[in-house]
Amino acid sequence: MFWDEKAECMSREEIEELQLRKLQATVKRAFDKVPFYNKKYTECEVFPEDIETLKDIEKLPILTKDDLRASYPFGLFAVDQKDIVEVHSSSGTTGKPVVSGYTKKDLDIWAELIARGLKMMGLDENDIIQNTHGYGMFTGGFGVHYGVLKIGATIIPISTGQTRRQVEIMNDFGTTCLIFTPSYGLHLGEVAREEGVDPTKVGLKAIGFGSEPYTEEIRQRIQESFNAPAYNIYGLTEIMGPGVGMECCAQNGLHIAEDYFYPEIIDTNTNKILGEGQKGELILTNLEREGMPVIRFRTKDITALHYDTCKCGRTHVRMERITGRADDMIKVKGVAVFPSQIEKALLKVSDVEPHYQIIVTRPDILDEIEVKVEASQSLFFDGVKEMMNVQNKIADYIQNEIGIRVKVTLVEPKSLPRATKGKAKRVIDKRNLH
Amino acid sequence: MKIKQLSIFIENQPGRLYKALEILAQEDVNIRALSLADTSEFAILRLVVNSPEKGMEILEKNNFIVKLTDIIGVELDDTPGGLTKVLKILNDENIDLEYLYAFTHDQTSKAILLLHANDLDEMINVLDSNNVKIVPADVVYNL
Ligand SMILES: [Zn+2]
Repeated sequence: MFWDEKAECMSREEIEELQLRKLQATVKRAFDKVPFYNKKYTECEVFPEDIETLKDIEKLPILTKDDLRASYPFGLFAVDQKDIVEVHSSSGTTGKPVVSGYTKKDLDIWAELIARGLKMMGLDENDIIQNTHGYGMFTGGFGVHYGVLKIGATIIPISTGQTRRQVEIMNDFGTTCLIFTPSYGLHLGEVAREEGVDPTKVGLKAIGFGSEPYTEEIRQRIQESFNAPAYNIYGLTEIMGPGVGMECCAQNGLHIAEDYFYPEIIDTNTNKILGEGQKGELILTNLEREGMPVIRFRTKDITALHYDTCKCGRTHVRMERITGRADDMIKVKGVAVFPSQIEKALLKVSDVEPHYQIIVTRPDILDEIEVKVEASQSLFFDGVKEMMNVQNKIADYIQNEIGIRVKVTLVEPKSLPRATKGKAKRVIDKRNLH
Repeated sequence: MKIKQLSIFIENQPGRLYKALEILAQEDVNIRALSLADTSEFAILRLVVNSPEKGMEILEKNNFIVKLTDIIGVELDDTPGGLTKVLKILNDENIDLEYLYAFTHDQTSKAILLLHANDLDEMINVLDSNNVKIVPADVVYNL
């Protein structure tokens, strides 16, 4: 099922031609209307007329979240404030948040792109969609909302929380699609069972999940908990919100709407552009956005792109599941390692994810990694040999994931530091690299 | 007949062994026998106490990982050759002995040897048929 077959199945040549035309217009508008871009591009001695091919985008400087923050609140708007009809904002855990502004047309495009994704998930005007994303400054709630209206399905704008009520409504209203974050979804499934509602019997057709990192194991668990296929929705406030990438029935990566966004993958350290299938940091550019064109934004999300035509028939590029944040990445022996890979390996030896810590050292000239894992009842045996086997098995699973042999040490429960605010400190890098 | 032994995971950090023994003492759990199997990173502390269930509860409350493991105790003459006699029987009968430790006490002149094997029941059969006396668990707890 397609929402806009013509747009979603364009040939590569058509896509690139359209992208170049839109990129040139966007860069010109940004340069003319936004002092930030005017100043930045002038400093870099790059001008709109230098964009003659798509490849020329590489001449433009890459923007970080800090660049966007510096323009707080409305500094990146390319239209008069009276033409902005809605604003959203990313959470500002450190420093000022980033504000995102939308014109009427921008909201319409947003709805259009979510509508494409809902169709990819097999949904239409007959469906009842329960949106547990928060309604507010977070883009998840309203973005999905607009898309549901667009396809003419019924929206239940229940927002986050009130989990018992969610269960009751899901059961009474006959919800056919749930939208949630993976962690909230798993919680919702558990609460439903506690309340005597079997979530596999509610009649769900599809689940849309996003705005949190996940592993394939987590997706499987969600699908089993609700007996419905679960599709990832990707987006970020700076660029638009959810809907930048949406997963189709093939569940083999997320289609980035290439008529509205231009994706690139770079090596996080060198900023060098990487080729198809190579893992690196995703850079995104708005190709058509009136309110706030963002050009070459560093997402910090690690993924890879695939350009072959998808099984579903769509030609738009597919991005892999996000496997980490550029912040979390550690380079060891020249290999990029992410805590999420360690987590994946640990889930194979234990049902609950054990607490762990990664310690990187360079005793001589070679890097060494030690992974400390908190032991538990299921990881403890009354025999030295068996315990050595547990350590070896964990090291094997980790080696499978990252390709490097690490030293695994089992430590006592609750002996590793816990997160005080936000994220736990998972990586301790004791190398003197600078 | 089988003795419930506490097997405790101990990280090789100063003070952890002491901590485990201290909290047991505070709650009046008495230790009959002790052994420590250690590697460079961790150790397994094995204890026979007067009240295994209570000991386990106290240790778990203090974040130790504990398992109850079945072992058996046999009486040895506290004289030269007592130990080798038992080991010879087990060896001759191909018993896969995992570990052993021994302790003596005031009430008799005999030492008690504590044994763990992969197949505990088979070991019991072998010892029985060779007239080695297996000490009832209650007796060991209450020595
Ligand atoms: Zn597809």
